[in-house]
Amino acid sequence: MAKQYETVIGLEVHVELATRTKIFCGCSTAFGGAPNTHTCPVCTGMPGSLPVLNRQVVNYAIAVGLATNCSITQYCKFDRKNYFYPDNPQNYQISQLYLPICTNGRVEIETQDGKKSVGIHEIHMEEDAGKLIHDEWEDCSLVDYNRSGVPLIEIVSEPDMRSAEEVIAYLEKLRMLIQYLGASDCKLNEGSMRADVNLSVREAGAKEFGTRTEMKNLNSFRAITHAIEGERERQIELLEAGQQVIQETRRWDDAKEYSYAMRSKEDAQDYRYFPDPDLVPVYISDEWIEEIRAGLPEFREEKMRRYRESFDIPEYDIGILTDSKHLADLFEETVAVCNQPKKVSNWLMGETLRLLRERNMDAGDIRFSPDNLAKLISLTDSRAINSSVAKEVFEVMFEENVDPERYVEEKGLKTVNDEGALRETIEKVLAQNPQSVEDYRNGKEKAIGFLVGQTMKAMKGKADPAAVNGILKELL
Amino acid sequence: MRRKPYGQKGMVVAMDILSYTAAGLAAAIKEGRTTAVEAMEAALARIDTAEKDINAYITVDREGALRAAAAAQEKIERGELTGPLAGVPAAVKDNLCTAGMRTTCASKILENFVPAFSAEAVLNLERAGAVVIGKTNMDEFAMGSTTETSAYGETRNPRNPAHVPGGSSGGSAAAVAAGECFFALGSDTGGSIRQPAGFCGVVGMKPTYGTVSRYGLIAYGSSLDQIGPLARDVTDCAVILEAIASHDGKDSTSVERTDTHFTEALVADVKGMKIGIPRDYFGEGLDPAVKDAVLAAAKRLERNGAVVEEFDLSLVEYAIPTYYTIAAAEASSNLERFDGIKYGYRAAEAGGLHEMYKKTRSEGFGAEVKRRIMLGSFVLSSGYYDAYYLKALKVKAMIKKAFDEAFAKYDVILGPVAPTTAPRLGESLSDPLKMYLGDIYTIAVNLAGLPAISVPCGQDAQGLPIGLQLIADSFQEKKLFRAAYSHETFERMEG
Amino acid sequence: MANVITDETIDYVGILAKLELSGEEKEQAKKDMGRMLDYIDKLGELDTDGVEPMSHVFPVQNVFREDVITNGDGSADALKNAPGEKDNMFMAPRTFEA
Repeated sequence: MAKQYETVIGLEVHVELATRTKIFCGCSTAFGGAPNTHTCPVCTGMPGSLPVLNRQVVNYAIAVGLATNCSITQYCKFDRKNYFYPDNPQNYQISQLYLPICTNGRVEIETQDGKKSVGIHEIHMEEDAGKLIHDEWEDCSLVDYNRSGVPLIEIVSEPDMRSAEEVIAYLEKLRMLIQYLGASDCKLNEGSMRADVNLSVREAGAKEFGTRTEMKNLNSFRAITHAIEGERERQIELLEAGQQVIQETRRWDDAKEYSYAMRSKEDAQDYRYFPDPDLVPVYISDEWIEEIRAGLPEFREEKMRRYRESFDIPEYDIGILTDSKHLADLFEETVAVCNQPKKVSNWLMGETLRLLRERNMDAGDIRFSPDNLAKLISLTDSRAINSSVAKEVFEVMFEENVDPERYVEEKGLKTVNDEGALRETIEKVLAQNPQSVEDYRNGKEKAIGFLVGQTMKAMKGKADPAAVNGILKELL
Repeated sequence: MRRKPYGQKGMVVAMDILSYTAAGLAAAIKEGRTTAVEAMEAALARIDTAEKDINAYITVDREGALRAAAAAQEKIERGELTGPLAGVPAAVKDNLCTAGMRTTCASKILENFVPAFSAEAVLNLERAGAVVIGKTNMDEFAMGSTTETSAYGETRNPRNPAHVPGGSSGGSAAAVAAGECFFALGSDTGGSIRQPAGFCGVVGMKPTYGTVSRYGLIAYGSSLDQIGPLARDVTDCAVILEAIASHDGKDSTSVERTDTHFTEALVADVKGMKIGIPRDYFGEGLDPAVKDAVLAAAKRLERNGAVVEEFDLSLVEYAIPTYYTIAAAEASSNLERFDGIKYGYRAAEAGGLHEMYKKTRSEGFGAEVKRRIMLGSFVLSSGYYDAYYLKALKVKAMIKKAFDEAFAKYDVILGPVAPTTAPRLGESLSDPLKMYLGDIYTIAVNLAGLPAISVPCGQDAQGLPIGLQLIADSFQEKKLFRAAYSHETFERMEG
Repeated sequence: MANVITDETIDYVGILAKLELSGEEKEQAKKDMGRMLDYIDKLGELDTDGVEPMSHVFPVQNVFREDVITNGDGSADALKNAPGEKDNMFMAPRTFEA
């Protein structure tokens, strides 16, 4: 019988922090500027420039550390990691090796196999590199330093995971914690969250770890899952063939579903770390830590518990609403205004998610205010508009955050409650549709539906369907 | 105070102007006895006659300097420019960035580099009214003690052109000594201001680490580098330091100080001042002429009321290996950015990225720079970090402690700047280690972040200047200025 | 000489430092580095047990910037010294293996 192997996985997760400015200079971190327009002497490595640390980076790093049950290193420093590459303007990256800001934490994950704890070895602060674009025409690389110096934290786990499923659960957990903190939007596909997978295999029951490889360029959960499966198989095949796994960095090619070694003889992997003499140590007092702790948000599990107790909404809704802090905040803020949890949830779970999906957006992109959603709910409650008009108004509100009251007023979308006018319209409809009247009177109850529809059409949708129904029945 | 300037040629008017100190010139311009433009013209005329022998400058911005001098003069006349250096022509070491003016670090790798911003120290100088003439020669990337490692030719000592001016701020020291400017800025990582000042017979000052912003100083050894003045007398040094010292939010190692009114300390009075003379600074290798001159200066201070005492500083011989480990390590990293992609020299491409890096850097850097980069890369490399770099950081702590103990007893430490007077051109580079040993008295000061000043205290039999070094505890520049000013005054009075 | 620097060491350091030395330079570098390391080994005479390594000579700490944008478009200044430029970007030899 073939040997049984166990997969051992540790993750290095880079998260781009949601600061306004870069880690060591006052340049914007905004996405999408023309090349090199968000740069200055510091983040382009100009001679004579010097770094100065962005305080907010430390705040976020401490918050993530507390959320992942880490010890905060109260006296921490920055080190230089030296390696030559064009996206690295100084040819050293400012990072933390000797005294990272957080150490020794853990997070709880849950998979089909149950709950488990994944250890966090450390979290350190560092700067991101610029972007390289290959220019086919000139056969060269072009360098854009807009991302150079964007703050990152790198979260290094212990080798505690054993399957792709656990890896995904761990990443989801981190994403949720960090997103709740507002420290990052953690989007794998946009690179604001990046995971490098360290993987080794060993015979089931073995005590020692096997030789591990590191895989980079994993931009989706799908890529991570495939890369883990592929690398596990590759390593097992090597071992079965009596060969050895080489400790190396491999790059995942998502299109080819294949990883290849990133080796080069010019790549000595000797980073000559030493304390950066241009930056002074960071001393994090107990007061500072407590201040950050006091500002920590209610995380998802707590929130779900509270929703179950406070709101009469289905468990499924609770799961979806709390999957994004943006959505949960919007839910709570709207409920605070209108006190209609069920209806607010319905709008968010239904129309809101539908439109987000259609437009390829996520909850962070929602523009309408809780006040406006509450107003819309109140308009439908008071039967000032009917449900199809409400959907129409919602769509406009979703796009432009219009005030639904004013919009309904301006566009004249209010339900006509003038019974005289309604009666008049219905009488006309009945006169124009003798066949349907006949059918109804002959016992075809369905015919009334057609007459309601005709009436609504004549009223341009601005009638209360219940009222139409009542009058119709009376007249018939 | 007037000194005999370099050379005999030039107009009488020009000679008169050139004999002013910086502070004296500023006063004369303010009082209308001369103008910023006349002063600039005089300095440029001196540059015309002296440069072929001295080569103190890498870049002289003649037109820009004259334009700036004219603008300064107008502002002075309108009462808009009243700074202590208003209208005074100054030279700036070529490792300080100057917006729009080529900044080379005396290296081929930066031969066409024109910075977009000026160093904070240069901006402070301009705020005080000084007008930049140009950029002075230096050892490449400040690595050297002779200004012979420059890619733009060596600078010669104005006191005797067969000798080096010292280094690495040799161009700045020579320019001041030759009257090619009224003062200059230099940088001091292991003695690079004090030693050339001593060799050229001018006053050079290295402030407490963090006193002058390093923003815009192209780094050599970041934890050791400090910008300071080279000038004709102690008063000028105090005036200039007062102008360039500032707390700069752009330099994390910049220190906030409130005690920077250094000119207040210019008092010729050392009564009761405790001066320590480290015995370890007077051992083997010290030129007897230097020893005699330095001890004579100490005696003079003692006669004027100072309490002078010999003591053992200890660890002196460990300062050089500690320094070369730390400085080379930091330099190897600081100089990585010179890679042919963003600025500066780029070798003709061959064989891809890493070939380009290697060719650019091998062709762009000179031998001494490569030597230190190699050493620095080695001491930081895997397996050697603890044995070399970490060990050096520990010895650095011990050296600092030795100074702390000394300053518990003494106000000022007195000794030579260098073991000898200026060597002849070409004598030093053949044996790097021997050259490094010449830094023995200056280097520990940088490791401990201390302020120190080099003031002339005589000359040897060949007429080459001898420098006296005074060292104070961190942030005690005022004690230093008082001692140096007293030395200068008593020397002049007593001969 | 206690420290003998081999060709391999010099080549390795050359890879780290991106320096390519000629045969003659290499021989000189081996000699120079060996001598310097012998000299630096003098530090081994000192007992540094229990001594805290000192990177910063003064106990300055917590120097921060606030998270406020202070810089605008710096691309013209950034690129003006570039040996190669295209589309507002720095031109570098190709970084992707063929």
